[in-house]
Amino acid sequence: MHELGIAVAIVVATLRAATPLMLAGFGELITERSGVLNLGVEGMMLVGAAFGFIGAVVSGSLLVGFIIAMIAGAALALVFGVLTLSLMANQVATGLALTIFGVGFSALVGVKWVGMPLAGLPGAIWPHLSTAPPLVQQMMLIDPIVVIAILVPFAAHWFIYRTRGGLILRAVGESHDVAHALGYSVLRIRYLAVLCGGAMSGLAGAYMSLSYSPMWAENMVAGRGWIALALVVFSTWKPAWLALGALLFGLVTIAQFQAEGLGVAVSPNLLAMLPYLATVIVLVLISRDATRLKLNAPAALGRPFHATA
Amino acid sequence: MRLSLLPRERPARSMLWLSPVLAAVLSVIGVTILFAVLGRDPIEALRTLFITPLATMDGLTELGLKATPLLLCAVGIAIGVRADVWNIGAEGQFTLGAIFGTWVALNFGGAGHWWLIPAMLLAGIAGGVVWAGIPALLRTRFNAHEILTTLMLAYVSIQLLGYLVHGPWKDPEGYSFPQTRQFEADATLPVLVAGTRLHIGALFALLSVPLGSLLLGRTLMGFRIRTVGAAPAAARYAGFNRDAIVWFCLLVSGGLAGLAGICEIAGGNGQLTPVISPGYGFAAIIVAFLGRLNPIGILFASLLMALLYLGGEGLQVSMQLPIAVTGTIQGMLLFFLLAADVLVNYRPQLQVARRAGAVHHA
Repeated sequence: MHELGIAVAIVVATLRAATPLMLAGFGELITERSGVLNLGVEGMMLVGAAFGFIGAVVSGSLLVGFIIAMIAGAALALVFGVLTLSLMANQVATGLALTIFGVGFSALVGVKWVGMPLAGLPGAIWPHLSTAPPLVQQMMLIDPIVVIAILVPFAAHWFIYRTRGGLILRAVGESHDVAHALGYSVLRIRYLAVLCGGAMSGLAGAYMSLSYSPMWAENMVAGRGWIALALVVFSTWKPAWLALGALLFGLVTIAQFQAEGLGVAVSPNLLAMLPYLATVIVLVLISRDATRLKLNAPAALGRPFHATA
Repeated sequence: MRLSLLPRERPARSMLWLSPVLAAVLSVIGVTILFAVLGRDPIEALRTLFITPLATMDGLTELGLKATPLLLCAVGIAIGVRADVWNIGAEGQFTLGAIFGTWVALNFGGAGHWWLIPAMLLAGIAGGVVWAGIPALLRTRFNAHEILTTLMLAYVSIQLLGYLVHGPWKDPEGYSFPQTRQFEADATLPVLVAGTRLHIGALFALLSVPLGSLLLGRTLMGFRIRTVGAAPAAARYAGFNRDAIVWFCLLVSGGLAGLAGICEIAGGNGQLTPVISPGYGFAAIIVAFLGRLNPIGILFASLLMALLYLGGEGLQVSMQLPIAVTGTIQGMLLFFLLAADVLVNYRPQLQVARRAGAVHHA
């Protein structure tokens, strides 16, 4: 029974740590499948985290917080869309600008809310969380956002490979000129994909500030947006691999806390390097096969589209 | 009526210089709105941000002090971006430069060695080179893109710094503050203007401008860098070694960032603390773009960005605004610049919308 308890705890903790990566990662997957590279995930997550937290505190409703976070993430993505899609700005530079702006803006907006307490997700809907038996407690930790994160890979797979919309999305990402010639509005589809990515990043950020560690702190996303970006490359733009990657990184993240909890005599700073080093290693492993990466990447990724006719 | 963009036959050179100005003007408007929304007097805030820091000698030298790391990092970043090599982890190379240089200062300082400062500076450069060399190796050997690896290593470097100042390098007499021992007097960079903090690091930064310009404009490597960035197919056809260019760009920008790191420590606090930079390495990306990826332009951009840092501190003190205002304005500035840049390659034109079919009447 004790072993079962530990196993359940590890699975639940992994799912919780993987949730922000899963949500932001799939948002970016959709964006990149349309041929747009948005490096602003970290910034959109931070803005989502800040606005989600403030929205939840002010309105007294976590649901409102999550919705506001998605709107905030999408709003930032819209700025990215206007610059890169309508004004054809360099996508890499604009994505970096989005992150730099998001880091600063979220800190500016959130400055009055640092350290403010908030009843976060699992506790807020399960008032008896602390008195429940351990196994039930673990189950309760799988909050609605975690459930969404579990469902997202299936939904994304279905959408991308089984629907007409997914087919159009892939067509635009592979060859915008052909898609345009077929009569699809390349820009409209890309705007939708970018906005979807922004909303997902915003949700991922709000999960950080409303459930994972219910509070707001400057830069609290701590590179998860970048890890999500790396995971999309790792997945070679395939939903199943992205889900696997997110879970793997959830496991690495909790390994860090488990080691601390078990009193392993390693500096917390060194343990905190783990996810970043793991990202580098994973990138190296996947990128070694240049042909495979090239074959799977959306062919129009990062290229601006300007209709000539 | 709708606004449409028509491609220009060739990029407008005038716009290349006008668009940063346009971006700056739009940013000032944006900042004014931002302050109004925050409930502060915009005029007063703008004065604190842009005028007050420049009004005194002290302010001017502080401006030079802040522009130094920005300039060093940005020149390196720009050289890379010209070759389509994206070193966005200058912050990490900056940190490693500070760590390597500090190691020299802590181990050999206080004995009056004439070579101490040069050795520290070289160690700083080496730190940055090592930290940028890893992504270069991963890129050329394993095809792992440097955007993500340089950035991940920046996060690692910050943890490494935290480990050192909390652990092995912690000052035993530091009242348990996480910081290293104070550098000895002989490990401190000489100042340029007596009574101020402006140190000789500013000279290295200034020197990087002509050197960077010469490299890009007058050397074969510079030609290769520009060709790879502007016309990769032509560069391939010419047989330019892409890997060598990646190595060169990353090592040069890493070395410059490392030099900036040790100068910041040896010319400033004289000890390592858990936070040694307000994000210079990241802000330098904005500086590089604002300066049109051109060392001379970057010199002016670094001064503007340094002014934003100084003004931001002023706003914090006098108007109780959070320091994050600086990052917000920096990000906004880059947004406007990227938006204004569309005018370089496209000409805006107002078109009167015609009904479908109307064309056939003509």
